Amino acid sequence: MERADYERLRWRCIRRALLELDITLTRFLDDGFDKLTEEEKKVFVELADMEDHELWYWLSGKTECDDPRFAPVVAAIRKS
Amino acid sequence: MSIPVLKFDAVIVGAGGAGLRSAIQLSEAGLKTAVLSKVFPTRSHTVAAQGGVAASLGNSEEDHWTWHMYDTVKGSDWLGDQDAIEFMCKKANEVVVELEHYGMPFDRTDNGKIYQRPFGGHMSNFGEKPVRRSCAAADRTGHAMLHAMYQRNVKANTQFFVEWMALDLIRDEEGHVLGVTAMEMETGQVVIFHARATIFATGGAGRIFYSSTNAFINTGDGLGMAARAGIPLEDMEFWQFHPTGVAGAGVLITEGVRGEGGILRNSSKERFMERYAPNAKDLASRDVVSRAMATEIKEGRGCGVNKDYVLLDITHLDPATIMKRLPGIHEIGLQFAGVDCLKEPLPVVPTCHYQMGGIPTHYSGRVVMPQNGDMNAVVPGFYAGGECACASVHGANRLGTNSLLDLLVFGKSAGDSAVEDLKAGKAHRDLPKDAADKSLARIAAIDNRKGGANVHETRLAMQRTMQDHAGVFRFGDMLKQGVEKILEVEKAARQLEIKDKSQAWNTARTEALEMENLIEVAKATMISAEARKESRGAHVRDDAPDTAEFPNGRNDKEWLKHTLFSPVDNSISYKPVNMQPLTVEPVALKTRSY
Repeated sequence: MERADYERLRWRCIRRALLELDITLTRFLDDGFDKLTEEEKKVFVELADMEDHELWYWLSGKTECDDPRFAPVVAAIRKS
Repeated sequence: MSIPVLKFDAVIVGAGGAGLRSAIQLSEAGLKTAVLSKVFPTRSHTVAAQGGVAASLGNSEEDHWTWHMYDTVKGSDWLGDQDAIEFMCKKANEVVVELEHYGMPFDRTDNGKIYQRPFGGHMSNFGEKPVRRSCAAADRTGHAMLHAMYQRNVKANTQFFVEWMALDLIRDEEGHVLGVTAMEMETGQVVIFHARATIFATGGAGRIFYSSTNAFINTGDGLGMAARAGIPLEDMEFWQFHPTGVAGAGVLITEGVRGEGGILRNSSKERFMERYAPNAKDLASRDVVSRAMATEIKEGRGCGVNKDYVLLDITHLDPATIMKRLPGIHEIGLQFAGVDCLKEPLPVVPTCHYQMGGIPTHYSGRVVMPQNGDMNAVVPGFYAGGECACASVHGANRLGTNSLLDLLVFGKSAGDSAVEDLKAGKAHRDLPKDAADKSLARIAAIDNRKGGANVHETRLAMQRTMQDHAGVFRFGDMLKQGVEKILEVEKAARQLEIKDKSQAWNTARTEALEMENLIEVAKATMISAEARKESRGAHVRDDAPDTAEFPNGRNDKEWLKHTLFSPVDNSISYKPVNMQPLTVEPVALKTRSY
C-alpha cells in the first residue's frame, strides 16, 4: 500500500465517531494490519468506510458478520 | 509566501450537530457557506449521543417549557444564565419539530406522535416527579440527527471541506473575525477561508483527561484557536464525569452493573463503599461513588502499577445473570481491559464525559468577551454553538438530553444571527497582510524542530496531570501542584517535534497541531479549577465541604459568578451570572438536592 493511502486509512481509523472504534482500529493498525493479505487489506479499507454503529456491532459481536468477504477480517480484528 | 484565499459569506468549523444546524440556516438563506471538518460529517462525535433530545412536547403527559427551564437551572446549580436557559427550553419544541420535518426518524407513539421517555433530572411541575421529555430515535439519536441534517445541507448547497483541519482564527487590528486558516490533510496545503461570518462548532475537548468517554477527535480545536486569538474561555473548571469508565480506555461501564450487585474494591480488596455510604454502599449516588473512588486513589489505595484505578467486582454473580442482564459488559472487559469479568474484577476510574464551559457566547450565538468595561461585548463576525460554546445553559452541570438540545438551539441561533448580521450588509473586511503567518510559522516549527518533545509523551503527561490533579473530586493542594505541572507540560507542548516530514496525509503533524489546542484547554481548566474555592455542580472540592452555612459546599455569596480565563496572561476574572430570564420570574436560589 502506498504511504499516502495508508496514512489516509490511518486517519480514518484513529478519528472515528465512537471511542470504541478509535481504540479497536488503532490497536489493529498497530498489531494486526500488516499480517493481512493484500486482498484482506482492501477489505479492511472498505470496513473502515462503514458507519460507526454497524461496524462496532460486528466488531463487538453484538451482531454476527454474515458477509463471507468481510467475516475473516472482522474475526482478525476481534482477535487482535 | 502566497497563500490561496477562498471567499465565503460564512465559514463553519465543525460538522457535528451544531455545525450542520448552523449551516442549514445560512445556506437556506442563500449565503455561500463552507463547512470544514476533520472527518466526514456523519462521523462526528454527535453520533455517540444515544439518550435523546429534551423538549416539553407533552406527547405522553402534561409538560411545559417552564418546568424544563426550572430543571435546567437546578441542574446547572444556578450557574446557568437564566435568559439563555429560557431561550433554549422555549425553543426546544420548534427545533425538534423542524428536525422531524428534515426526516429524522423519531420513535413514535401508537397515535403517531413523537414518543418521549423519562431521563434523569427532568421533572414535571417544578421538580415534583419525573416526566417523559426525551425524544429519541432508538439508541441512535445523534446518528440519525446528523444524517437528517447532512442531507438537508446537501439540498441547500452547503459546501463541505472534508478532512480539513482549521488552524487559526483570523482577527484584524480592531478585533473583527475574518475567517480561519485551514490545512487540507490530503495535500498539506494551507488555505485562508475569508468570511464575513465565522462560526465555531468544534465540540468538546474531553481528551485532555487520561480517562475520557470522548472519541479521539475531541481535541478542543475551537477553544485552542479562540485562546490563541486572545478570546477568554468561560467556566472551564466544570466537567461532567461518569463514575465507571474502563481504566486506561475510557469506555463506559453502565451504572447498571452496580445495580445488579457489582462491588467496588480497592487494592486490599476492601469493599470501600461501606465506609463512605454504610446504607446504600455501591448503590450510592453517582457523586458519592465518584468521590469515594477518587479518595481511595488519592490516599494510595488504588490498584495497578500507578495505583490509579479501583476494581469493579462481579465475579460473585451468576455468569448467566451477567450475560442476560448486562449484555456487552463481558465483551467490553475482554476488549478494553483484557479482563474476563466472570473471573476477574474490572479496572475502573471516574471518567470525563462532557465540557460545560467553553467560548463565551450570548444566547444569540454571538461570541462575547470583556472589552472597554463591557463584560459581554460582541466579537464582530464570530459565533459559536454546541459543546465548544458556553451560552451558558449547563452552568456547573448538564442534564442528560440537554446537550443535543443545546446544539440544535444554539447551532440554529448562531446561524440566524450570522444571517441577520450579513443581511444588514456587512462586507468582507480586508485581510491583514500577515493573516496566515502565525499558522505557517506554527507548522514550520513543528516540521523543522530537532530535539523537541514527543507528541504522544506530551499528551500523556497532560492527560495524567489533568486526571490526577483536576479529576472528579478535587483537593486544594493537588490543584496547586496541578497548576505548576500543567505549565511545565505547556512548555513541552510549545516545543513539539515530529519525525514524518511529508506534506500529504501527515497524521503526525495533525496530531501535533491538535496537541497545541488541547494544552490551551487543559491549562484553562486547571487554573480555573484551582481558583474556584467552593463546590458547585460538577466542581467538587474536598476543602469546600457540605456545611449548614454552605450546603453541598456551595458559596453563593462569593462564587455565584462565571469564571473567565484569559489565555493572554493566564489570569482569571469573573462576570455575573444572568439571573433574569427573558419573560418569566427568575428561578430563585436554593440548595440543589434530588
